[in-house]
Order: sequence, then C-alpha cells, then structure tokens
Amino acid sequence: MGIMVKVGMADLNICSSPDALTTLGLGSCVGITLYDSVSKTAGMVHVMLPDSTKIKNNENFAKFADTGVDALIEKMVLAGANRNRLIAKIAGGAQMFAFSSNNDMLRIGERNVEASKAKLASLGIRIIAEDTGLNYGRTIEFYAGTGELYVKSVGKPLKIM
Amino acid sequence: MPNINLDNMDNMQFDVLKEIGNIGAGNATTALSTMINSKVDMNVPKVDLLELKELPDLLGGAEEIVVGILITLEGEINGMMMFMMDQASACRIVDILMGKTTAIEEFTEMEYSALREIGNIIAGAYLSSLSTLTGIKIHASIPYMSIDMAGAILSVPAIEFGKVGDKALIIETQFTKDDSDVNGYFILIPTLESYDVILRSLGL
Repeated sequence: MGIMVKVGMADLNICSSPDALTTLGLGSCVGITLYDSVSKTAGMVHVMLPDSTKIKNNENFAKFADTGVDALIEKMVLAGANRNRLIAKIAGGAQMFAFSSNNDMLRIGERNVEASKAKLASLGIRIIAEDTGLNYGRTIEFYAGTGELYVKSVGKPLKIM
Repeated sequence: MPNINLDNMDNMQFDVLKEIGNIGAGNATTALSTMINSKVDMNVPKVDLLELKELPDLLGGAEEIVVGILITLEGEINGMMMFMMDQASACRIVDILMGKTTAIEEFTEMEYSALREIGNIIAGAYLSSLSTLTGIKIHASIPYMSIDMAGAILSVPAIEFGKVGDKALIIETQFTKDDSDVNGYFILIPTLESYDVILRSLGL
C-alpha cells in the first residue's frame, strides 16, 4: 500500500506508483488530475478560480486553472513524466447553493470547469473522464499505480473513473 | 484601486473588522433570543484571519457534514455572508425551535425552513449592525442552504476570498441556551472594493 498525499485548496502535488493523491471536500473548485501511464506519474491540482490574469494577487499558481495546469505539468516533467503522454481527468465545479439569480459570483463552479477544459485543450491534453457540475461536494482520490480516479460524495455510491 | 490587502492588513484595520464581528454577533444573539423567546448566551466571538487551506478544517475536517446558509449582499457593499454550523448544532436549533429531536438525515422541508430562517435572522441582525455602524446600505438576498461536506461548502466563500488574497476573515461564535451549545461560524465576504467602502465609511 502506498501513501495518500493530501492536496489542499489552491494547492498541487505529484506522486508515483504505488502512492495516491487526494483532495477532500471539493466544492466549486475543480480537481484536475494528469497521468502518464508509462512512468506512472500522477499529478493533481486543486484550482479555485478560472483565470489568473483577472486577479491582482496571482502569485499562487495552483489557485488558477491556467497557471495551475502549467505548474503541474512542469513539476511532473521534472519527475520523469512525458508531456506528450499526459491524459486528464477532472472532477468538481459544483454549484453548492441553488441560486436563482444569474450572478457571476455564483456560477464560479461552471466557469472553473470551462476554464480547466479550455486550458487542457489548448495544450492538446485529452480529458478521458469527468465528473463535474451538479450541486454536491466530492472527495477525490487519484491512484498513480492505475490512473484511476475515485469520486466520493455524501449519500452517493463510489464512482471509479 | 482598492487599498486593502487581507494578507497584509494593519492592526487598525483588523481591529475594526473584528469589532464589526463582535457587534454583529451580539445583535444576532439578541435576535435569536427574541425569536425563541428564551435567554440565549453568547461567548465573546473569536475573530481570525485564516489561511485558505486551513479553512476546511474549521468544522472538524473537510469531509465533515455541515449546514451552510448563504446570503448574497448587494447595494453599496457587494459580496456574501455565510453562517455555518455542525450537524449537532443544527439538530439542537431544530430541537429548540420545534421542540423535537430529529436526526439530520430525517430533516424535511419543515426543518430546512426552520434552519434557513435562523440563518436569515442571525445574518440579518449581523448585517443591520454593520449597516448602522457604517451608515452603508446593504441589501441581503433570501437565504440559500446546503448540507454537505465542510470543504465543499467552504469552497464558495474561499473562492471569493481567493480573488483577494490567500486569507479569509472568520468569526466564530457560540450560543448557549440552557445546557445546549450551538456553535456557529460567520464568514463575511465583501468584495475587495467593499472592504474599502466599509473602512472608508469609518474614517479609516
């Protein structure tokens, strides 16, 4: 059994087989995972906001979908992953409160998902699985040995993708 | 350009935000006490600036099931205000209000609406004290509620704080009625510009 490495809010980390990465209670944030199945290198970034260029305090790369993915890839490549082999799985981006209004502040989950997908597409990284949106929290676990992403939610069966 | 930075706030600014927290929580207690027609005590609220990544650990861990009530603010101040409590506290509030013990899994629309109303009253009292203190008009939305993992619920205010910096302003309060404690957390999340409005209205 490997170790479970915790990834906090606006945080990123990598690991290799047999270890795993986890982020607990993902809400409107998005967990982006990248995987190189040959070197069995796994990476996870927990992004909170879509776009670093819209924010003044943007030193924390892991906070944003655009800079978070770049920083994660860089770290994985340093650890021996091949950039061209990376595939992605994403989860999160829920709308935790059922607002009726169309306030931009409240659609942040959806915007995070859109931005994550756009960023991955611009780098030519394929998203092979996703569990995003809706209105509930998710805990995710990403296993470097298999590349499997476990999604756990309150009152719902475990989802393996 | 807003001139406040939560990551690097001076003592004076922090004290002011803290004091607003104290007064607001005091008013909220009075409102709660009036509603349930019984004496409610409150301890001195704890006001903290927490790192965003510490936030989910507030209520016993990111995966702990909690109740979050959210109200959005519009007017001269924009942002949101959240009131959070753990499961045990939510059950106690329902018990106090409706005179029956119900497990959180068995909550129906009746219990939800009681909790939403409590959130509404507490947040409303808090906001009216802020408004009185600063002379700023604040319009609050209806209360929205979610029962889910603490981390997931907290992601909503955390994201708003995340636009501003890497810290969040949290006010922890504890209400006591007879021997049952209700622990609650207020999170006030004005937009960056609104912080300036608040501080400026107080002559800072």
